[in-house]
Amino acid sequence: MDWINAVVQGTLLGGLYALFAAGLSLIFGVMRLVNIAHGDLIVLAAYIALTTTVAISGLHPLLALVIVVPIMAGLGYALQRLVLNRTMGGDILPPLLVTFGLSVIIQNALLAGYSADPQKLQAGALETMSIDAGPLTLGVLPLIVFATAVAVIGGLQWMFYHTALGRAFRATSDLPEIVQLMGLNRAHVFGMAMALSLAVTAIAGVFLGIRTSFDPAAGSARLIFGFEAVIIGGLGNLWGTLAGGVILGIAQTLGAKINPGYQILAGHLVFLLILATRPRGLFPRMNG
Amino acid sequence: MLDQSQSAPLLSVSGLEAHYGDFQALYGISLNVHPGEVVAVIGANGAGKTTLMRSVSGLIRNGAAQVSWQGKQIGALRADQVAHLGIALVPEGRMLFASLSVEENLIIGAQAGRKGPWNLRRIYDLFPILEERRNVPATDLSGGQQQMVAIGRALMSNPELLMMDEISLGLAPVIIKSIYEALPGIVGEGLSAIVVEQDIAKALSVSSRVYCLQEGRVSLEGPSNGVSRDEISRAYFGV
Repeated sequence: MDWINAVVQGTLLGGLYALFAAGLSLIFGVMRLVNIAHGDLIVLAAYIALTTTVAISGLHPLLALVIVVPIMAGLGYALQRLVLNRTMGGDILPPLLVTFGLSVIIQNALLAGYSADPQKLQAGALETMSIDAGPLTLGVLPLIVFATAVAVIGGLQWMFYHTALGRAFRATSDLPEIVQLMGLNRAHVFGMAMALSLAVTAIAGVFLGIRTSFDPAAGSARLIFGFEAVIIGGLGNLWGTLAGGVILGIAQTLGAKINPGYQILAGHLVFLLILATRPRGLFPRMNG
Repeated sequence: MLDQSQSAPLLSVSGLEAHYGDFQALYGISLNVHPGEVVAVIGANGAGKTTLMRSVSGLIRNGAAQVSWQGKQIGALRADQVAHLGIALVPEGRMLFASLSVEENLIIGAQAGRKGPWNLRRIYDLFPILEERRNVPATDLSGGQQQMVAIGRALMSNPELLMMDEISLGLAPVIIKSIYEALPGIVGEGLSAIVVEQDIAKALSVSSRVYCLQEGRVSLEGPSNGVSRDEISRAYFGV
């Protein structure tokens, strides 16, 4: 029963990893951009939520999303239009280097602004609430995180296939030059993709901050988990990204079950194993 | 045929010099298209026909004054801005969006939101096979059907100028024939068109004036029914 419990807890943890990864998957899918600063942007969102809950005292961190999501989306749009679009269109190296630089800047700005002390978002009773499901005890927060991940990915998937914006995203992904002949401003389409990506990042950051303590350097580990979830699931496949997150989460909790020191290692090993046997991931949708 | 020399040109290309990086592809091209006119652009491979289309559509940006549209300088505009003005390009090689269905490819063509006679219904009436296959991924269609989607996608923007780059390339003669048979129905409503072709007879038969390009320059210009075979072969091959 302990093992089943570990699998279930790992699945729920995978929801958080899927939230880390969904934004990465989205922008890679639309514009082939690998955002090295993604993890730091998740942490930035957690800090913005922290400041919001301090400024409006007593505000629940989940309600702070009403403020953090638009801020991050706006930041994403501005970042893409003002900075990242200038690096796109040729070699993949310039955007990689610029987002790497951005990562360093965000970390140091957070360090200067908030110090290196670990912080946490206080979600009150929600953090410890649980429900009994037969022999298993499930935390309410992990259930909410998982349900949110499913909803976010389902929502993104619906947007991709049933809205004009999603159609523009897919067309841009197919033929970034030709799409302009349709009267679509590519710079704006890219900006919208980054806005959406960072809106999801805001949700991921708030859940991260409620679940664990975070500090300015916490982003890189989240970036790795996000990348691993994307690659396990297959590039450009959002439901695959959810599956990738779940596989990573289960691997980690099973690893921790064997020996608490193996938690992170087990996740990386499963990732390497999948990368070695299925280099394009389990459910590839596109050619990298 | 109307006397079009009196009217101001809809599109006016003058002294166009287009470059790909350090490589110069066009050397001072000048070309006019009047309202309602069908102009053919012919020339051998590498003569600069596609570069000309890409320049007019904004995919290659040039000096503002090198391309004018209804008297306004548009040579330096982005392709999406040019599309909003009512200039549509059917690009060489069709270039359909593989992730989009046939119908979605047509709908995204209307993205610019221009008003006019063309809508899904009329495209389906023009090419009935597309309605049958509307939910199929566009790139699963046969070459000829894909070309119909590409033309339909361009028409959906309700353009005033439709540019078609090598629409017969790689298609069976019977398919080419059926696509060209649809052309009068397309340009019959005051729409102007530029038809880029390697098939000279086809190009001359649908156009009122013809330009021949050779190594990035206009080597011949004249009425389509007034240029001789000899003139064309000289302009085409430079012999």
